[in-house]
Amino acid sequence: MMYGYAGAILRVDLSNEAVRREPLPEFLVENFIGGRGFVAKLLYNEIPSGIEPFDPENILIVATGPLTGHFLPAGGKTHFGTKSAATGGYADSNMGGHFGPQLKYAGYDVLVITGKAEKPSYILINDDTVEVRPAAEYWGQGSITAEKNLKEHLGDEYQIITIGPAGENQVRYACISHDFGRQAGRTGVGAVMGSKNLKAIAVKGTGSISVANLKAAYAKGKEAFQKVKAKPGFEGWTPEGTAGITNWTNEVGVFPTRNFQTSYAEHYKNINGKAILDRLKITDKGCFGCSTPCGKYGHTQTSLGSAYVEGPEYETIALFGGNCVLKTIEEVAYANYLCDELGIDTISAGVVIGWAIECFQKGIFTQREIGREIDFSDLDSVVYLLNKIAKREGIGDLLAEGVKIAAEKTGNGSERFAIHVKGLEWSGYECRNAPSMMLAYMTADVGAHHNRAWVLGHDVAGAWTSVHDLIASGGGDEAQPKAVVSDRSAQYVIASQLTRSLFDALGNCRLQMMELGFEKEHYAELYSLITGMMKSWEELLKISERIWQLTRAFSVREINGFGRHLDFPPARLYEEPIADGPNQGHVIAKEDINKLLTWYYTARGWNENGIPTKETLVRVGLAEVAEDFEGRDLI
Amino acid sequence: MELRTIHENCSGCSTCRLACAIENFQEVNPSKSLLRIEARFPAPGDYRIHVCDQCGECADNCPEDAIQLQEGVFIVDQDTCTGCMICVEVCPHDVMFEQKLSDIPVKCVLCGECARTCPRDAIVLIEDQESEVA
Repeated sequence: MMYGYAGAILRVDLSNEAVRREPLPEFLVENFIGGRGFVAKLLYNEIPSGIEPFDPENILIVATGPLTGHFLPAGGKTHFGTKSAATGGYADSNMGGHFGPQLKYAGYDVLVITGKAEKPSYILINDDTVEVRPAAEYWGQGSITAEKNLKEHLGDEYQIITIGPAGENQVRYACISHDFGRQAGRTGVGAVMGSKNLKAIAVKGTGSISVANLKAAYAKGKEAFQKVKAKPGFEGWTPEGTAGITNWTNEVGVFPTRNFQTSYAEHYKNINGKAILDRLKITDKGCFGCSTPCGKYGHTQTSLGSAYVEGPEYETIALFGGNCVLKTIEEVAYANYLCDELGIDTISAGVVIGWAIECFQKGIFTQREIGREIDFSDLDSVVYLLNKIAKREGIGDLLAEGVKIAAEKTGNGSERFAIHVKGLEWSGYECRNAPSMMLAYMTADVGAHHNRAWVLGHDVAGAWTSVHDLIASGGGDEAQPKAVVSDRSAQYVIASQLTRSLFDALGNCRLQMMELGFEKEHYAELYSLITGMMKSWEELLKISERIWQLTRAFSVREINGFGRHLDFPPARLYEEPIADGPNQGHVIAKEDINKLLTWYYTARGWNENGIPTKETLVRVGLAEVAEDFEGRDLI
Repeated sequence: MELRTIHENCSGCSTCRLACAIENFQEVNPSKSLLRIEARFPAPGDYRIHVCDQCGECADNCPEDAIQLQEGVFIVDQDTCTGCMICVEVCPHDVMFEQKLSDIPVKCVLCGECARTCPRDAIVLIEDQESEVA
């Protein structure tokens, strides 16, 4: 008897509409926990090496974790994994909402989608009934519109994920959308879904998940809710959610602005969490089991139109409000809505558009190439480009490739300010005076994303602290001292990568821990009571390390010529001092970037080129990967 | 006792529904929950909580008189109920439920677990005394 899990993998081959159920293997549960752990192992084992991301042989995995769907704070995560449309390497992207729990109640921990449907299709899962259905009537519709229409057709009790036109057109940063405002935003998982002609998945589950010790797990879950409620951040952090950090990131000068030319936006108080509360918000919108909902659902009105929208959350504020310099929360929210409907990741879109505007200002793009003038602080420019990108029309076809490929094709020095790592656009923290966070971006396994490690507290405050405490202590709005580059950055980054990624394996949101300081050991207790497998947090961290080494190994295997150079930030971030704001004049020199990498590689057990050594792979229980690497002359 | 709902506090997390299923059926299975959360998206963009307010419509319409008021709570007598499900059809809040593998409809027994576990006090259990004062 397997407790905590639904106990099954559902496989759907879209090429022949074949559906197969198989028991969830015990070795997967014991050695990879769930969520991104399942994604990592299944990708490594099942993807034919060397295929392109949009090859029908690429697979799209939907994975839950052992804590998904259970009674505890925020067990609502769903993970999507594939060969990355953004980097060609490892990809996973997760979202909150209610889809993962529903998948487990339907009886499946994991959904593995292979092949390509002949015509636009959607997958319907109603407990044991699994069908591939035609989706012609929904194809071309926006993500939100398609979800609404499918709900009307199937019934409210279905939980639904959709892609928008951007996913259909294989924009490399197309997202998967759910629950009218939640997204698996990063790495182009929506583009891979679109390449399979898969518009949506709808799931309804009426089964129950067995628990090893239900009485004790339920009592522990209640205790956990009470302890989260007692944290100061419950009252202090929740009202504004992630947007509440906007003041702080500007005060300490880490807010990406004007395509990362600077790290401070003068208008930040017009696009912060308070602006959302005062001017947009209708309701808090929570994911499954979440007592501190970061989702703020509201309505925005701009000169270009009005819309209902969830958000903006912090990242969207940073990349549209800072990087594209939209100056009101209403405009940021409208760009947010349009991205949601088109099915585009707001982070990547904000970076790509910021880059395009800078190219235009520098004369690298002409008005004729773009089709009109474009500028920062102009919602019209943003809306114009988003529509072009989603349809791959004109300049949009180039921009849809992501900033790395677009810059490589464009040349003329535009690579220097194409802000990405490995092909994934950089998210909402500027790091030229934050060496630990810089290293976190450089080494995140999916590319430049903050969710693998968030160590700005170390850089700015000198220690780990919950985000609520960090915000509450204030940023000061004064000139920041130049950060010291030291080997401690590698320790901070690795500790954070292992901790945060463990949540992604457990299928649980990390925000109660990160934002409020809820003690992570509670999750080990919950895991043990629910699954019956007694493991301490430290033991679970060891599995998290195995997963990290495996995701690195996947990218090493799949990206031709993988090496140290792929962990580098773009030249702007190590050559160009920050233009103004609290961190004016600061930059981390290239030699320090190299030092950071060397410290990190050494601590990870990788060689000087960033490849895991045989000893490391064997030490973490990946002897079969070491063997595979030897066969491919990778070690 | 009665359940009061404060819709504005609800963020749709469904903690109440899961707690209800665990408390009443010892199952991690919110589809067995005896209350509903209506998510009204994309517009108007809010939540509505639907709980049994013990209005008695089910009892009034039961042809077998199988639903009886006991200490302020309408209870389905499993021995008398014939499973006609008329009560499910007439319930004004759609909180009389048919369940898989069962011939007997189920309803809220006012255990209060939803209110005790709601992390945002969107459902509140009002004791009789408070209720009278209110």
